[in-house]
Amino acid sequence: MMEKIRDLIDQHAGLPQGAAEIGDDTDLYRQGMKSFASVQLMLAIEEAFDIEFPEEMLNRATFRSAAAIARAVESLSPGSLAA
Amino acid sequence: MKPLGDVAGVSLAERVQAAVEAAGRHAEAVDREGRFPAEGLEALKEGRLLGLAVPPELGGEGAGLADIAPICTALGGACASTAMVFAMHHICLANLVDCGMESAWHRELMNRAAVDQLLFASSTTEAGVGGDLRQSICAVEADGERFNLAKAAPVISYGEQTDAIFATARRDPEAPSSDQVLAVLERGQYELERVSTWDALGMRGTCSHGFRFKANAPTEQILPRPFADIAAESMIAASHILWSSVWFGVATDAMAKAQAFVINEAKKSPGVVPANAAKLAEAYARFRTIEATISDALGRWAAMRAAPERAATVSFSLAMNALKVSVSTTALQVVEDCLMICGLQGYKNTGPYGLGRHLRDIHSARLMISNDRIMAGAGQMMLIQRSPAARRA
Repeated sequence: MMEKIRDLIDQHAGLPQGAAEIGDDTDLYRQGMKSFASVQLMLAIEEAFDIEFPEEMLNRATFRSAAAIARAVESLSPGSLAA
Repeated sequence: MKPLGDVAGVSLAERVQAAVEAAGRHAEAVDREGRFPAEGLEALKEGRLLGLAVPPELGGEGAGLADIAPICTALGGACASTAMVFAMHHICLANLVDCGMESAWHRELMNRAAVDQLLFASSTTEAGVGGDLRQSICAVEADGERFNLAKAAPVISYGEQTDAIFATARRDPEAPSSDQVLAVLERGQYELERVSTWDALGMRGTCSHGFRFKANAPTEQILPRPFADIAAESMIAASHILWSSVWFGVATDAMAKAQAFVINEAKKSPGVVPANAAKLAEAYARFRTIEATISDALGRWAAMRAAPERAATVSFSLAMNALKVSVSTTALQVVEDCLMICGLQGYKNTGPYGLGRHLRDIHSARLMISNDRIMAGAGQMMLIQRSPAARRA
């Protein structure tokens, strides 16, 4: 799953460097991810993992890092982490 | 815990009333001369109203936005400039209370704010970012335990009167424009060089001149949380709620004048309902939605604060944006309705029904953070909001 998330970050987060160059816990906002990029990333993650984020998860913290995204996906779709 | 209200035996309502009267007495002079509402602010300090929101353990009264909002409204009906200064001060204080409690320096500042009735201002807008709160060009430049900050600020409201300025900046010279922090600089730690003068249509007493701002201070004065979080969880909501409450106050006073005008018409011709009474009722219907919208926002704010994670969701942010756009537009419509009701008596700058100052002041509402910009941001959020309607489709 982490690889898939990194791919999506590469495509949507609008960062100056590739996702491979940043750690799982690196703060994406501090790397320069802007609000519309985070919207695009969130929509792409929903589609890729066939999930729908509930209202209470739609906040900045959920999309702060690759690891945070992975935790959110895992909580909505248990077992994705292993896939 | 000290109860919210009595200070030296004077109730909160009495303290507010004294400030409202002082602000009202000087409102015309403040507007005409474009000067700082010093008398109103002096009365606010005398009534200990500047430290109201500081938590009791730090010497304040622990007032929340629900307590501050009606004071903004009461002041707004007397002098919109005094009310806006009070609102902007309390937005800064909200940032400290919401995001500074874990920092020793900021706790100590809150204590001094309550004891010494300090006045706070903010510098978020910067030349070159097109009015985007969430972007900075200037950066914190660390130098050992201190930092330097230089900012081209097109406006800093009451920058020359404030005791401290809350300034946004990039975290460091390498940080992207959206990676911001919020630093608190006290008078004596900064220089302000005035580069433009605030001679505006309305809100003339806010003295929102343009400055070149240069500061040097210890790094502990930078709030520990990223500004993005402070904005989402504190500043934007506090701003929209308190600004809206000021505009509601302006509309309230305009309604009072229009109603008095219609009542006077009725007295002149007994037995006949004045022609503009229906227009007054129509204005009132519009006016009622303002208070309802503010009250809804305060409820959402309280719910957000009570939630274990306190995180601002998309729906919360959308509601706060909707509040600002809706109240700024409706309050202007209400004041215009009142002008039509009072006719030339409203158009005149003299006499009991004059609405010129109200109209000029309320025209600022749609511009302070332009409604177009807010709706552009809200449009992005609409793509991900999970409303029942979106789920059904």
